[in-house]
Amino acid sequence: MASTVADAIKEHDHHGPAKGIKRWLFTTNHKDIGTLYLIFSLVMFFIGGAMALVVRTELMQPGLQFVHPEFFNSMTTMHALIMVFGAVMPAFVGLANWMIPMMIGAPDMALPRMNNWSFWILPVAFGILLSTLFMPGGAPAGGWTMYPPLILQTGDAFPYLIFSVHLMGLSSIMGAINIIVTILNMRAPKMTLLQMPIFVWMWLITAYLLIAVMPVLAGAVTMLLTDQFFGTSFFQAAGGGDPVMFQHIFWFFGHPEVYIMILPAFGVISEIIPTFSRKPLFGHDSMVYAGSSIAFLSFIVWAHHMFTVGMPLSGQLFFMFATMLIAVPTGVKVFNWVGTMWKGSMTFETPMLFSLAFVFLFTIGGFSGLMLAITAADIQYHDTYFVVAHFHYVLVPGSIFALMAGAYYWLPKWTGYMYNETAGKWHFWTSTIFVNLTFFPMHFVGLAGMPRRIPDYSTQFADFNMMSSIGAIGFGLSQLIFVYVLLTAKKGEKATDAVWDNPIGLEWTVPSPAPYHTFDTPPGDELIKSHSHSSH
Amino acid sequence: MTDTPKTENRKLLTRLLGMAVIMFGFGFALVPLYDVFCEITGFGGRTNTEAATAVEAPDLTREIRVEFVTTVNDYAPWDLKPDADSMIVHPGKLYFATFTAENLTDKEKIGQAVPSVAPIAAAEHFKKLECFCFENQEFAAKESRAMPLQFIVDPDIPEYVDTITLQYTFFDTMRVSSKD
Repeated sequence: MASTVADAIKEHDHHGPAKGIKRWLFTTNHKDIGTLYLIFSLVMFFIGGAMALVVRTELMQPGLQFVHPEFFNSMTTMHALIMVFGAVMPAFVGLANWMIPMMIGAPDMALPRMNNWSFWILPVAFGILLSTLFMPGGAPAGGWTMYPPLILQTGDAFPYLIFSVHLMGLSSIMGAINIIVTILNMRAPKMTLLQMPIFVWMWLITAYLLIAVMPVLAGAVTMLLTDQFFGTSFFQAAGGGDPVMFQHIFWFFGHPEVYIMILPAFGVISEIIPTFSRKPLFGHDSMVYAGSSIAFLSFIVWAHHMFTVGMPLSGQLFFMFATMLIAVPTGVKVFNWVGTMWKGSMTFETPMLFSLAFVFLFTIGGFSGLMLAITAADIQYHDTYFVVAHFHYVLVPGSIFALMAGAYYWLPKWTGYMYNETAGKWHFWTSTIFVNLTFFPMHFVGLAGMPRRIPDYSTQFADFNMMSSIGAIGFGLSQLIFVYVLLTAKKGEKATDAVWDNPIGLEWTVPSPAPYHTFDTPPGDELIKSHSHSSH
Repeated sequence: MTDTPKTENRKLLTRLLGMAVIMFGFGFALVPLYDVFCEITGFGGRTNTEAATAVEAPDLTREIRVEFVTTVNDYAPWDLKPDADSMIVHPGKLYFATFTAENLTDKEKIGQAVPSVAPIAAAEHFKKLECFCFENQEFAAKESRAMPLQFIVDPDIPEYVDTITLQYTFFDTMRVSSKD
């Protein structure tokens, strides 16, 4: 084995993967790192999901049944931190690693060693975060938003929470820098910016958002740390600070963060719908402009998360209208997807089913977001299950469905074999039914005033909560079908290079499975033009 | 690969890292920016924390009710109450009010009151000329004493304001520093 590794290092340009664990520990190959990210995020998805099931089990009936309220709070907090930073974000970085170099005709990511670092920091960060479950005082229980002064009451876990957030931020920033440098410097010389696929475009925008806001989160949690241990008073009113200021700084990060989790999803959907509608993407360029507008607007709407903390009327009006404005570019995207399908000869393979469900269900989440944007109404909705229903609609049948769609869409390209379509369809239909059973009733209990983050509730909410809990358990079990699909991914028939019916995109011009190294020589003008949705 | 693309990658990497560092700084810069913004606009119910000097001509035609509310933060062993729950004032006229605070422990304690005014539009027009909230208050064991407030309501206060609520949250500053 040693000689293989040595040979691999010597033969820098055209080596295959190293063998054993070292392949994965020291890899600088974008496909290996992509795989690592995707597997890591799937593991985190199941850990975070298990925590959600603890929450739903406790909420199955009113009263306190299974867990201590403090542990319940830890579960909601950890579920959110793990799903946001451990599942959704790394999964999209995994897709970016795998697909962006192949989509822009680049041989690899621009900064391969940093790429290795950005991944391997993550298991350390989440090792630290998960270890807090076993610490005196328990895991963080003050909510993933970490509002002081409550979060300062966390036990021994507090500094570990802060450091793990620092590490997650570091990983995201390095990943984002790598993606920007790859897209701007490494794409095929003949490819213009507007010829790039929408997935690449959305990731370019997302990467800039990450660089702009992850450091702000790092700053905010650093202030929490120094308030707790070094006598500063950033958020301590007694020392002249203001706890509300944390909320402003947090949401200055937090609102762009929600677009960080959905823009790459828009990208995935924009690749899949044209393939199965057998038409180029409708309004390719407007997708780019819409994505950029969303990114810009995401910086000036943060205070809509905190209407209830008190704000002058002019502030309420500004943040309300700015928030509603985001519906315009988002609407452009939804109509473009519908326009792509219009009069297309559509087929309904698993990736397309997940994409269609995405368009429909994400839009429901978007509409409930518009309702929440209405300041006067938000006073009633704030911190109720209506909010929980809203962000789960945009994140589960939104981001997660887009990830699933992307996984099914590109899986044959990764493995070289067609996945089990019957199992895929089962996965889709069970997921879709159960995700709605879980989250739709939350709209009703939320409007009726059931508060979030509380382990007990009034008896009139019992039936809807029972439905949600059954849905959650069903949704959790449905994801095991996906694991089955992955385990049997190489048992199907061999995939062709194009995999689907004349799909557009450079990734379909390389063999299936994609060789360890692709596009050592950049694609030419003709190939790029025939594989771009853009008319440019 | 030739050297040129690598150098370009380095350059872009440095620039993007610089952006990240600047944004980290920006997070901290938001703290003073936020303070300046709130002090200028009175957003968030901020009132002056240093003595104001303005003396205005009293507007005897207008009456405003000023209510006093107190809270002790974090179950700290203090008692703080206004001697009168509310008073009727004329804008532009100087008024006095007193609060009584008591240290309920057998130890010396230092407290700090933090004021807040509602509605927000009234915050910048509620001017304190003298206030126990301007500095830390030292108390001997079991000491109880009256704490003075001298204020004036600016006649420029918007027409629709007929009630102002002044809220004090009393903090045990020894808890902040020692974290017991």
